[in-house]
Amino acid sequence: MSEEFKLEIISPEKSFFSKDKVTEVVIPGYEGEMGFLKDHISLISFLKPGIIKVFSKDGEELFFVEDGIAEFKENDLSILTSSIFNLKNKDKNYIEKLIIKSEEELTKENLDDQKRYLINHKIDSLKSIN
Amino acid sequence: MASLDDLKKRISSVKSTQKITKAMKMVAAAKLRRAQENAEKGRPYSKKMNKIILNLSSGISDKDNAPKLLMGSGDDKVHLCVVLTSDRGLCGGFNSNIIRKAKSYFQKILNEGKTLKIITVGSKGYDQLKRLYNNNIIEKISFKESKNINYFDADKVGKTIIDRFQKKEFDICTIFYNQFKNVITQIPQEQQLIPLQSSETKEDSLPKDNYEFEPEEDEILNNLLPKNISTQIFKAMLENSASEQGSRMTAMDNATRNAGEMVDKLTIQYNRSRQAAITKELIEIISGAESL
Repeated sequence: MSEEFKLEIISPEKSFFSKDKVTEVVIPGYEGEMGFLKDHISLISFLKPGIIKVFSKDGEELFFVEDGIAEFKENDLSILTSSIFNLKNKDKNYIEKLIIKSEEELTKENLDDQKRYLINHKIDSLKSIN
Repeated sequence: MASLDDLKKRISSVKSTQKITKAMKMVAAAKLRRAQENAEKGRPYSKKMNKIILNLSSGISDKDNAPKLLMGSGDDKVHLCVVLTSDRGLCGGFNSNIIRKAKSYFQKILNEGKTLKIITVGSKGYDQLKRLYNNNIIEKISFKESKNINYFDADKVGKTIIDRFQKKEFDICTIFYNQFKNVITQIPQEQQLIPLQSSETKEDSLPKDNYEFEPEEDEILNNLLPKNISTQIFKAMLENSASEQGSRMTAMDNATRNAGEMVDKLTIQYNRSRQAAITKELIEIISGAESL
C-alpha cells in the first residue's frame, strides 16, 4: 500500500504546482496548522497567511500563501489561492520587503480586529522563514 | 474607365493596406498564443471553485438562511447584464457576436416586462449598445490602460456587482462573453452569476459528500461566493481576450487575402488599359500615315 496522495495548487492564472505522489502536506488552516496524510476525511478549509509544506519522496518543498482555500476529497488535495510563491525562488530581501510592507499596513487605521490579526500572523510567519 | 494614374494610385494604396493587415495578423497571432495559454491555465481554478461551491451548496440544510448571493433575492424583476467586450476594434465578428447574443436576451427580458440594467466592460460594447439601450446602461468599465488581464481588474468588476446586489439594485445577474474554442470558433456565452447556477450540475451530480468545515459552513460560503464571482469574471475576461486575438487573426488573415485578390484584379485592369492606350496610339499613327 502506498501512502501517497495527489496534490494540486491552483492560482487564478495557472495551475501553480501539481504532484501525483506526496506523502504529507501541512497547510496553515484557518484554525491552526493542519497536516494531511492519505485517507484524510473530506474537508474544506480556509487558509491564513503561512507556509505550506509538501513532503514527498523527493524531499520537502515550501510555499508561502496569503490566503486561499483547501479542499481534500478522496485522496485529492486541491489548494486554490491567489497569492503564492515558492520559497526556494525568493531570497531574503524579497521576504524582508514583504514584512516591511505588511508592517506599514498595520499602521493604517480603520482595520478591524480580524484583519489586524491576519496581518500580524503574516508577519510572524514571514519572520519565521528567515 | 479610370485613368492609368488613378489605377496606379489605387494599387499602391491597397498594397499598403495589405501591409498593415498583415502586420496586425502577425501581432494577433503572437498575442493569441499567450492569451490562449492563459485562458487554458485559468480554467482549472474557476472550475474547481465552482465545484467546491456546488458541493457546499448541495450540503446546505437550511435553505432559507442560505446566503443571498447563492439563492438570489427571491425575485426576478430586475436583471443586470454584464457585457464583456474588447476595447479595440478590427477583430471581425467578435464584438458583434456577443452583442447579438446579449441583445436577444435583452429583448426577451423587456418583453416579459422586467427591468433591465446593463454594465458594459470594454468600450466597444458600450459603443454598440448606447444607441439602443442608453437608458439601461448604468455603468461602463474599461480596462484600456492595463496591458494584461489581471485578477485585480476582474475583482474590481466583481466588487461593483456585489456592491450593487447588496444595495438591492437587481435580482438576477448574467454575464456575456465569448468562449474560446479554437482560433476560428468562438462561442458567445451567457452565464448566470446570481443566483448561482451551474451548467455542470446535470453532468456530474455527485453523491453528496460529507465535508468537514473549518471555519463554519456558512462563513466559508459567505467568503467564497464573492470570490467566485470575481473568479468567474476573470475567467470570462481570459476567454474573451483569447477569443479577441483569435478573431482578429482570422479577420486580418481574410483581409490580407482579399487585399491580395484586389491587387491582382487591379493590376490586370491596369495592364489592359495600358495596352488599350498603346493600341489606340498605334491605330492613330497608322491611320494618319495611310491618309497621306
